[in-house]
Order: sequence, then structure tokens, then C-alpha cells
Amino acid sequence: MDKKKINCLSSAISIHNLSKTYASGFVALNNIDLEIYHGEIFALLGPNGAGKTTLINIICGIVTPSEGTIMVDGHNTLTAFRAARSRIGLVPQELSTAAFESVLNTVNFSRGLFGKASNPTYIEKILRELSLWDKRHEKIVALSGGMKRRLLIAKALSHEPQILFLDEPSAGVDVKLRRDMWLMVRRLRENGVTIILTTHYIEEAEEMADRIGIINNGEIIMVENKAILMNKLGKKQLALTLQNPLSTLPSELEKFNLSFSDGGKVLIYTYDAQQEQTGIPELLQQLGEHGIDFKDLNTSESSLEDIFVSLVKEK
Amino acid sequence: MNFYAIRAIYIFEMSRTWRTLMQSIASPILSTSLYFVVFGAAIGSRMGEIDGISYGAFIIPGLIMLSLLSESISNAAFGIYFPKFSGTLYEVLSAPISSLEIVMGYVGAAASKSIILGLLILMTAQLFVDYEIMHPLWMITFLILTSITFSLFGFIIGLWADDFQKLQIIPLMVVMPLTFLGGAFYSIDMLPEPWQTLTLFNPVVYLISGFRWSFYGIADVNVAISLGMIFGFMLLCLATIQWIFKTGYRLKT
Repeated sequence: MDKKKINCLSSAISIHNLSKTYASGFVALNNIDLEIYHGEIFALLGPNGAGKTTLINIICGIVTPSEGTIMVDGHNTLTAFRAARSRIGLVPQELSTAAFESVLNTVNFSRGLFGKASNPTYIEKILRELSLWDKRHEKIVALSGGMKRRLLIAKALSHEPQILFLDEPSAGVDVKLRRDMWLMVRRLRENGVTIILTTHYIEEAEEMADRIGIINNGEIIMVENKAILMNKLGKKQLALTLQNPLSTLPSELEKFNLSFSDGGKVLIYTYDAQQEQTGIPELLQQLGEHGIDFKDLNTSESSLEDIFVSLVKEK
Repeated sequence: MNFYAIRAIYIFEMSRTWRTLMQSIASPILSTSLYFVVFGAAIGSRMGEIDGISYGAFIIPGLIMLSLLSESISNAAFGIYFPKFSGTLYEVLSAPISSLEIVMGYVGAAASKSIILGLLILMTAQLFVDYEIMHPLWMITFLILTSITFSLFGFIIGLWADDFQKLQIIPLMVVMPLTFLGGAFYSIDMLPEPWQTLTLFNPVVYLISGFRWSFYGIADVNVAISLGMIFGFMLLCLATIQWIFKTGYRLKT
């Protein structure tokens, strides 16, 4: 989804001036403003303790905000909490389940809790999609970690929410299940569900998200369309494998800010992919002039992870 | 009103009762039956009548009250404490449901279980002791009101408790002694002063007295006062729960 298209859409969640200070005095969130648009996949990235879960919990009604307002589809989460909450499904980070209850009962319980009449056909559909149908009569305590994670997703989807929060959905989940989950999330989005996920796996955000918000120390540092973010901040590197290892460089080459790796065998040049002039032809020409020969070269683009680490460090 | 949610919580809680039938129903019936056998049939036959009622029959209302109070409290307390402990309460807190609806679901289920238990104990007593009920409708009224009130009280304990010990401490250390000293086994007329006056500060005296009146038409204190005490305590519990949900005390940070 491109930025233009997202901007044309209306807000599914609109957060203004949101702050949370815990009784201990710890400021978990500080003056957050954030718009999440209908039908997008929004990834909230941040280190441990950045405030991701607090933000989600406030939107879902589990934690009380100290200041600010949140509107879900135009409904205030405090004054019109029924309308706001009935639109939201939450998959929490912790695998909290009623251990001795059966899979089917606990999913039906969730649907009822959110004010929906029972619908066995729909519940069967989601349990089948999540490969839990065969386990429907099993007690939850007998399920594996991956199954419990899928069960929490089934519970969150049981009342047909229009907005789905996935708090660290991939924690403790194997690669295959993670891929399956990504497919499911995409399918949900195709059906018009807005998805907000928090993750440690930057690969996940890179793979899935339309837009990315970066949160650190309770503040949103940046919200940007993923492609633009990567373009804007993406650094490219050119690595030259030298014929003969070097330890120093001629002073004329200092302006390129070159660095060595692999014991002087590889020369690395970092440049901004956005610039008209990358400086590469000039560098290669000067290397030739100084008789520095190379036998191989390759370029690489920085990943979202690199961008993320550099942003969080800066702050 | 989110009726589906109330129903969901109620069914969920009741299914826990059926799942743990031995612990939740069979064990209180067994322990109360032991009282009937020991105090009613064995020792009771050697004791004189109290207010014209055989001792075995006299203690029935008090013993039912004893089970009713402790079971209502521990059931309702566990019902809300366990989701808090296991972390599943997030779902209830994030659902489009008001605090009143949460209370109706959890307390309704705990009270239902106590009422069923009370009636089962009453039927079991018939096996050991002869008794009759003079005011059956009032008996049911007292049974229901007490179950609801003490389930509300248990709900507060469950919200307040942050470990398993606190969950048990009030039923064992407060409610049990108050019931034993509240006239379950004797008429308060039998106490010497100042105990006879002091015992009037024990709220359980009013419950047992009113309940016993519905059986045999005799009471230690006026029945209207008994009813008033139950309603008063019920309102106090409701107000406390209202405050807990409003402030988020031990529920929300």
C-alpha cells in the first residue's frame, strides 16, 4: 500500500496526547500522537520496555491512561468503551489461557464476552484455518506453545473484530508457523481488517508492514511508510576485496570515510543511496591512481534492523 | 446490557463447578453430613431440646449457613482471583462489558452454586435428622440473599488477594470463627453476659437467627433486623466493588 493511498483512508485508531505515568512515577508513554488507518498493517517496533505493550493495553482498556484521548472508529475508548472495544481483537504477548478448559469452550467464551451470539459455523472456520479444529475438545493444558499461540489468535478473532492487535505474535513460534501466521494476517487484511503488530523480529515488520512506527523510551520517534523509511534512511555499502591487504590509506582517500574489514582484505565504502552523486566512480578512479587493485566488489543495502538500531541509538 | 457476556461468564464459571464436582459439591456435603452424624445423631440424642426443638434439628440452619458462607466466599473469590493469577483476566478487561455485568456473571455463578449446595445439604440432612420448614418461601429467600451477599464479599476478597494465602485467610480466620460463635450450635440466650451482648456485634448471628426462624419460627433477634443486616451488608459489598472497578484497584494499573 503506498503512502498516498493510506492517506486517503480514514483513521481506524486516532491517538492524541496520550501519556501514561505509573504509580511508581515511571513514565511509560509520553505525549503520543498516532493515527492508524483502516485496512493497513502497522508495525510498532521498539526495544524491550519501550512502551509497546503499554500502548496496546491502553487502547484495549486493560491499562488506564494518565492523559490523552483514543478514538476507535470515532468512538472514545473511555466514554464509548462498548462501541470501541467491540471492534478490537487482542492477541496478548503472554500465553495466558484457562488451562483446564477445552479449546472450543474457551473460544466460545471469548465470542460471548464480546457480545456476539454463538455462531458454530464461523468458530469452526477459524479453528480450521488455525489447524485447531482437531484439538477442539482437548484441554488447553495439553496444547503445545505454538498451538496456544494459535488459540489466542482464534480467541481474538472469535468476535469478528475489525481491528486486530498482535503483541509479539512470533515470540516462541517456529519458522513454519510464523510463515502461516503471516499468510493469515495478509488474508485478514484483504478482508478489511486493520492490523497492528508489535515485534522484536524486524524481519517480520519488513515482510508484513505497510507502515512502521518506532517507539523508544515511551515516545514515538518516527512513523513512516515502510518503503519510504527504508529509502530515506537506507545506507548502501560497497565492499571491495583487495588484491593485497592494506593497513593504511593515502590521505587523498580520507574524504571517502573508508573502513577496513577482514584484517585489511576488504575495503568498505558507505554511501547514501538517495544522492545523485554516489561518489563511486570517483573512488574507483582514485583507487586506480594509487595502484590499489581489487579482485571483487559487491554492494549491500542496510536492512530495517540497521535503520532501527541507528535510530534508537541516536535518541 | 451485554447479556451474551454475562451468559458467557456464567456458563464458564458453572462449567468449572461441574468439572470439579468432588471438590465443589461432594466435599462440603460430606463434611456437613459429618456434623449431622456427630452432633445431630450421636451427641444430639443425649442433649435436651432447645426452645422445644431437638438438638439435631436445631443445628441444621446454622450448619447450612456455615457451608453457605464459606463456599460462597471461596467460590466467588477463586472465580475472579484465578483469571487474575493466570493472566486471562486481560480478556474480560478488554471486552465491551461493564463492571456490573462482570459482577453479575461471576457472582451470579458463585451464588447459584451455593444455592444448589444449600439445597443439597438440606436434603442430605433429612437422612440423619427429622426436621420441618415452617416458612419455606422465607427459607429460600434467606438462602438466596445470603448466597448472593457472601458471593459479593468473596468477589471482593478475590479482587483484593494477591496470593493464595490471602484467598484462604478470610474464610478460615474470620468467617469460620464468626459462624461457630454466631449461634450455629446454640441459642444466644444460653450465653452468659457479657457474651450475650457482645455476640450481637457478630453479623453472622443475624443470618443464622433469621434462617432458623424460617425453619422453626424461633429467632434470637427480630427477623426484620436479620433481613436488614443482610441487605445492609449486600449494599456495602456492592459499593466496595463499584469503588474497585472505578479506581481500578488491583485490577488495572
